[in-house]
Parts: sequence; C-alpha cells; structure tokens
Amino acid sequence: MLSYAVQRLFGVIPVILLVTLIVFTLNALIPGDPGRIRLGQHADPSMVEAWNREHGYLDPFMVQYGRYLGNVLLHGDLGESDVKAGQRVSEVITGAFWLTLRLAIGSIFIAVMLGVGAGIISAVRSRTWLDYTSMVIAIIGVSMPVFWLGILMIIFAVPFLNENIPFLKLPFSGFHNTSWLDQVRSLALPCTALGLISSATIARLTRSAMLDVLTQDYVRTARAKGLRERVVILRHALRNAAIPIVTVVGNSFGYLLVGAVLTESVFALPGLGRTIVDSIIQRDRMVITGGILIMSVIFVVVNLLVDLSYGFFDPRVRHGRG
Amino acid sequence: MAAVEKRIAGRSPTRLAMRRLRKNRLAIVGLGVVGIVVVVGLLPGLFAPHSFKEQYQSAESWQVAPFTTGKHLLGTDELGRDVLSRLIYGAGISLRVGVVGTGVAVFIGVLLGAIAGYVSGATDWLISRLTDTFFAFPSLLLAIGILAVFEKPTEVIIFAALGLVGWPGVARIVRGQVISLRDTEYVLAARALGQSNPAILLRHILPNCMGPIVVVATLMIAGNILAEAGLSFLGIGLPPPSPSWGRMLVDSKEHWPVMPWMGVLPGLAISATVLGFNLFGDGLRDAFDPRMKE
Repeated sequence: MLSYAVQRLFGVIPVILLVTLIVFTLNALIPGDPGRIRLGQHADPSMVEAWNREHGYLDPFMVQYGRYLGNVLLHGDLGESDVKAGQRVSEVITGAFWLTLRLAIGSIFIAVMLGVGAGIISAVRSRTWLDYTSMVIAIIGVSMPVFWLGILMIIFAVPFLNENIPFLKLPFSGFHNTSWLDQVRSLALPCTALGLISSATIARLTRSAMLDVLTQDYVRTARAKGLRERVVILRHALRNAAIPIVTVVGNSFGYLLVGAVLTESVFALPGLGRTIVDSIIQRDRMVITGGILIMSVIFVVVNLLVDLSYGFFDPRVRHGRG
Repeated sequence: MAAVEKRIAGRSPTRLAMRRLRKNRLAIVGLGVVGIVVVVGLLPGLFAPHSFKEQYQSAESWQVAPFTTGKHLLGTDELGRDVLSRLIYGAGISLRVGVVGTGVAVFIGVLLGAIAGYVSGATDWLISRLTDTFFAFPSLLLAIGILAVFEKPTEVIIFAALGLVGWPGVARIVRGQVISLRDTEYVLAARALGQSNPAILLRHILPNCMGPIVVVATLMIAGNILAEAGLSFLGIGLPPPSPSWGRMLVDSKEHWPVMPWMGVLPGLAISATVLGFNLFGDGLRDAFDPRMKE
C-alpha cells in the first residue's frame, strides 16, 4: 500500500508542474497591460513601461514563470491583483474559496445520498417501474444544465415555498452572512440544484456497478447460505461495487467544482467560480490564473485521494497485487 | 458459395450493432430529436418565422407571452425579438459548436492516442503525461481560461477551446484500443506483407476502433452543447446579439419574474437537445457493447 501511495504521489508532481505551466501560459496570453491598468488610460507611456519593467512584466516568459512558481511553492503567494492595488490574490481567493467549499460539500452530500440510494434501488429492483422511472429522471438530470435548474427554482420554487412556509424566507439570490440561519437559507437552493444534477450521474453509474456485481457467483453463494437480502446487498454486493462508485463520486466532485461556477453565477454567490468569471470581465489576469490554478490543484488532489482510497476498498491494491 | 458469403457479410459487428440499436426505443427517440435539431439548425432560414435580431417595438409584439398572439408563437423577449426564431437560429449555434468542437477533439485525440498506443516507449510516456495533465483540469474551467484570452470570442475560438479541452478523453480510449489491437494476428499479417506503419494504423487498426470513438463522440457532442450554453450563460461565450441559448437565458435575467418564459424556453431547448444526443449515445454504446445488455 505504501509503495502504491508513494508512486501515485510522485506521479502527481509532474502533472501539477505542467498544470502551473499551462495556467501561466494562459496568464501571459490574456491581453491587458498591467502597468496601463494600474496607472490609468492617460498615463505617460514611458511611465507605464518603467512600471512594467520594475515589476518584472518585461522579463522573458520563463523568468516570469520561474518567479511565479517560486512564489507559489515557497510562500503560497499567487501575486498581486492587477486591478485592485495592494490586494493579494490569495486574500481575494481565500474568502471565496470557503464559500465554494461549503457549496461543494453540501451538494456532494445531497448528490451521494440521492445518487447512491437511487442507484442501489434501481439495480436491486432492476426492470421494474421503479428502475425505469429513476433512470429516466437520471438521464434528464444528466442532460439538464445546472443553471437552468437554478433558474427554474428561482422563478417557481422560491415564491411558492416562501408563500406556503412562512418561516422559510429563502432569498432569491446572493449570500446573506448575517446569521448562520441566513447562511443556510442562502445555500439551501444552490446546494439542492447542484446536488440534484450531480446525483444523476452517480445514480446511473451506481446502478451499472451494482448490476455487474449482483450477477457474480459470490452473491449467489451469499443468498444460498440463507443470508438476509439486506446483508447480501449491503455487505457482499455494495462493498465490491465500491470502487467504481467511489471513482464516480470523486469525479463528480470535480464536475461539482465546475458546476459551482455556474451555480454561483445563477444565485449570485461570491464564490471562487464567480470570482474567476468576474475577473475575466475586469481583465484581472492574476486573479484569473490564481483561481484556475487553485481549482485545478483541488481537482488533482481529490482524484489522488480517490485513487488512494482504492487500497482501502480493495485488498488486492493494498497488497500490491491489483 | 455466394449466398454463404452474403450471410457472413451480413453479420459484421457493425451490422449487428445497428440491429441492436434499431430495437432500442429510447435511442430512436434520441435520434429523432437529434434529427430535428440537425435539420432546423442547418436550415434556420427555412423554419424561422422572423429574423433573430429584429426588435419589434409595436404594442402587440413587445414582450408578449407565448401562445397569446399568432404572430409570435413563443412570444417575444425583453427587447421584443421573436423567441421562436431565436431558438431556431440558436439550434444552429449549438449544433455547430457541438459537432465541430467534438470534431477537433476527436482529430487531436485519435492522432495522439494512436501514436501513443502504436509507437509506445518514450513517445507514449510523453503523450500520456500530456493527457494526464489536460485531464487534471476540470474541463469547463480550462475552456473558461482559454476564452479569457480573447476579448470577443467567435464560434471558431469556441470550437478550438472545446477541442483543446475534450481531446484527452478520446486519446485515452484510442490508445487503449490500439494497444489491444497492435499485436493481433491480422496486424502481424499486414506487417509481414510489408505494409507501412501509417497504412497499418489507418487501414487495419483504426477502423476497428470506430465503435468506441463514435460512442464517445456522440456523448461529447452533448457535453459540448452543455458547455457552450454554460460559457454563454457566464457571459464569456458568444457576444450579443447572438441567439445562443445560454446567452438568451442570461440576457433576460432581470426579466425572469415578469417574463418567466424567457427563463424556461431556452433551457428547455438546451435540455431537449442534450437529452437527444445522450439517449442516442447511450443506445450506441449499448449496441456496440453487447455485454451491457443482459
């Protein structure tokens, strides 16, 4: 297990380095003259050039990249915002990151509960109306953009719920930070929208993973031994279907990050995705690159954790025979 | 003798797959939806009752709800433009972005995947690491980053961005397929006959990878249509007055409470189209992989 983990860990390092290189290349390609943005449209061109030279923007690409990488790795510093003087990118991102993390955790909780549950029921009751109904709902969920579900909620669900349940007081959009109850209210619909959409993929893959396992001999043996059906399903079948399910849940977390960008946009939540998109409109290169870099690194780390969890679920991987 | 040959020819894996596909009712429904979108999207001028950017300011055309006037079947939007016509022209955008974006991804993916699988060694290692790296990005996020480079994205830029984002999935599948076919007897025979490597790849190996490639491409079209809608919704896709479906949703944002149809109809168009491609893609996958069925 240890050697497997170490091997995977070392495999991730070149990938992360290449990710930083691609992100920094995008950064260099994004139009906009930092000196011009900072000093204003009417500043003297020679002053703009001097400012750019002083701040290293005229250095060769690889020198700039080396400096950026050094600052990121050694100091966790993502540079300074192009638009807001003195504002560190890491400060801009940190606040937004916690909001996105709460959105992601809330959504993945809903997605796993609903998706794995529906997938197991569909597989166990395969070829019944229950299976067909949940799978038709699931493929509609896969095809529906998360932002449209959000819009439908804003147009139809919020007014309806607020009218019929007086104490609910769901906001249409925005993040209300005044009390924990307001925070829950602000995140309830975004988490539901994102969780519902993500649960569709999880349900489909859980179903097919469970169907694969349910036809295996050891499941028949377990039934023949006279074990209760619940034990057969949960202990014998589900454990063996765990690897594909964990993989898809891990992957869903990545799509959830992307979905969070869209969800934050519908519900006007000032999360990481929204910060990136706003920075694109304001042409704040450093915030764009910092945000994309952080999201990608989270994605890589989540996928690494998923891979490492295989050892937990499958002893063959643990003992290096997988 | 001829009859026997004909019967054998009739049972090629592709034919068997097509037969399975025809029996799959959901896949046929999907194909029907795809067909409608293709026809409407290719010839919007034939179906759209109005122009997609003409703003009708008269009282009977200004922000009317669907099914209330014969002149505008699906109503008009916040600027008095005909919704049905915009949806029809939007189908063309979705279709082009979906299909061409996928085409770019398939081209890069097949090229790199085939080389990696066939050549192996250091080349394989390099291409595989590159694939891993592109996989390390959440896909829409990379597309957002690429589009950030351009002030006013055009359709061609979106094709390129989605192609750059989508190829690793294709490359991985093709590489795996090529590796599994590389040492088969018929490839060995072709090599013994003195055929060149490109000829072996093009004539003997790649035709046998077509099933999985077609399946992944169909599902990728669905994904790209969703991605384009998302990018436009974020305001970094096609600029106005483009009738992109995602754009229609976000542009009418302030008007949703009083014009709910503007929040509903474009989303319905996106979902129905993507559902069509997904159903058809699922059907293709089941047809090419009989293990999936029973």
